[in-house]
Amino acid sequence: MAADRRDVRPEFHPQGFAPVSPQRRGLLRAGLGLGAGSALLAGRGLRAEEVASPPAEAPYSLSLGPGVVDRVYGQPSRFEAGVIRRNVPWLTASPETSISFTPLQHQQGIITPSGVFFERYHAGRPTVDPSEHRLMIHGLVDRPLLLTMEDLRRFPSVSRIHFIECPANGGMEWRGAQLNSLQFTHGMIGCAEWTGVKLSTLLEETGLTRGAKWVLAEGADGAHMNRSIPLEKCLDDCLVVYGQNGEALRPEQGYPVRLLIPGWQGNVNVKWLRRLEIGNQPWFTREETSKYTELMPDGRARGFTWPLYAKSVITFPCPEMPAKGPGIYEIRGFAWSGLGKVAQVDVSLDGGVNWQRARLQEPVLPKALTRFTLEWRWDGRPALLQSRAVDETGFVQPTLAALRRVRGTNPIYNKNAIQTWQVKADGTVFNVQLA
Amino acid sequence: MSSLHRVLAAAGLGTALLAAVAGAEERGAPRYGYGTVPTPEQIAGWAIAVRPDGQGLPPGRGSVEQGAEVYMQQCAACHGTFGEGEGRYPKLAGEGSLTGERPEPTVGNYWPFATTLFDYINRAMPFPAPRSLSAEEVYATVAYVLNLNNVVPAEFVADRDSLPKVRMPNRDGFLWQDPRPDTHEQACMQDCRKPEEVRIVSTAEGKTLTPRTTGPLDTEMPQ
Ligand code: HEC
Repeated sequence: MAADRRDVRPEFHPQGFAPVSPQRRGLLRAGLGLGAGSALLAGRGLRAEEVASPPAEAPYSLSLGPGVVDRVYGQPSRFEAGVIRRNVPWLTASPETSISFTPLQHQQGIITPSGVFFERYHAGRPTVDPSEHRLMIHGLVDRPLLLTMEDLRRFPSVSRIHFIECPANGGMEWRGAQLNSLQFTHGMIGCAEWTGVKLSTLLEETGLTRGAKWVLAEGADGAHMNRSIPLEKCLDDCLVVYGQNGEALRPEQGYPVRLLIPGWQGNVNVKWLRRLEIGNQPWFTREETSKYTELMPDGRARGFTWPLYAKSVITFPCPEMPAKGPGIYEIRGFAWSGLGKVAQVDVSLDGGVNWQRARLQEPVLPKALTRFTLEWRWDGRPALLQSRAVDETGFVQPTLAALRRVRGTNPIYNKNAIQTWQVKADGTVFNVQLA
Repeated sequence: MSSLHRVLAAAGLGTALLAAVAGAEERGAPRYGYGTVPTPEQIAGWAIAVRPDGQGLPPGRGSVEQGAEVYMQQCAACHGTFGEGEGRYPKLAGEGSLTGERPEPTVGNYWPFATTLFDYINRAMPFPAPRSLSAEEVYATVAYVLNLNNVVPAEFVADRDSLPKVRMPNRDGFLWQDPRPDTHEQACMQDCRKPEEVRIVSTAEGKTLTPRTTGPLDTEMPQ
């Protein structure tokens, strides 16, 4: 924060770029330097926009800003300080086994900035030294393998853009609308470009022996997070990734290495990955029995419901981003499907009576966030906004009522229902559910 | 045919998959040769996963009575003396119904396998100090938690033979084949429902459950 202050009070040295001496710094701070315009204007009691808007020259237009390597690792502008991951403290017992939410209302494209990508921990965020980290592959293989990060990076590499979504995204809303926020109703998702090695490449290297059908993935965190994944999926499109959006994975996303299981529930994308065991049957771990299973109205539960079905949500307007009076707006949102590409998104302004086809914005990638937009001439009357995704398999995102008819209100997971935003005449937006 | 091809063929996996792994080398000849072969000790140290058939269960044993002692010292503070759960910490015992308004799935009425209890406690509990219990202590707490749920009698002793044989009440309560798509909506465009039927039945307006969405993080929120 202290460094950020310099944005407001840039230091200027009239003789060029020579370092500013402490005494000189003091003079500048006191408002005697050439860059002291803001202080002078402020002294006349002017408001910020009168200082910066035409015809005025803003203080930063009359001075030099901090030079290169002032920040050796860049940060968003301090005016974006409210764009942060947030959590719902009442949701979980402790922040070490909890979730935070991506600020989707601020996301400008399909890539979630690494710094605000949602977090899900089961035993907090471990600090893993990559030089000590190992990935062990063993079980029904010809050659068990112990790999360093250096070894992993030598294998042929690929980069892919995919979303990761926690299947509990929206899970608090099965019984009724609870949270008046896009971030809290839909923010358990992020989309990034991931770089790593295909899991099939690693399994070719170890070879597989008779009976190999399942893979147990295990993390190096205190939860030793473990999930069983069918071999077929592992050989299809799974990656062992060490890169995220052009840099190393963030610790929050599993530094130095995690599994990427495209389109499947977040929990199987095991972070801080340290072990892959090949077996002939699933392990039925706690995370695939007690949790990440869905209780149906008849008291029976569904397990191994991995893919995330087609879903979409309007990100503008939304509770955090209200409309400001009648006029032309661009309705914006994201759609995604764990089964492939988004084929179509429709938007309703009247709670699902009539629908209009939204425009999909390129790139439209399989198992990735896809942007959609629709021009909206708002007459200022109350509206009920909805979006509905259809994916390339033809699956149509259901209404909440349709989902509840089949699954009741207790599944917690896999709630991919159409979201309704109520826009009131004053432009405020509320999270509502329709009959 | 490479070993990988043979395995996949034996496993009945499709030709597309076989194509996906085309180029797999013959047995004993890794293509890249990176990395090392882990020693049996290295594998044993990390291979802690336990399966319903008992694979992975270590030697050792623990009784309900021994478990009560470990549990009081290491678990009760969070999970409650009788598994009722303190505050928002998970309940470990319950025999209530899984239907109705607010079912509470726990070990007793929900978990399909007793072996999962060993696997989980051994890898993740006690929450602040995972992997700190001996195999005997894990067996004992498993026995105790099962007994709290009236799944095993007070004289039960958990070990690698007895645990896979415990039949959990909800053993058959799961469908392991994904039945989706289970909704079959049409992408109707015009007059899809009667306007008068569009009715708000629930709203988040006025509820006080939403943390702040602007400014600094909300850390103090009542349950
Ligand atoms: C400091 C508090 C704390 C202590 C002490 C603790 N636990 Fe836990 N336990 C938790 C939390 C928190 C979770 C949920 C973790 C998660 O979901 O990621 C949990 C989950 C569990 C679960 C799974 C519950 C379910 O329904 O899925 C079991 C079983 C369990 N603990 C057993 C134990 C045992 C046995 C001990 C003692 C050896 C113990 N715990 C000690 C906090 C604690």
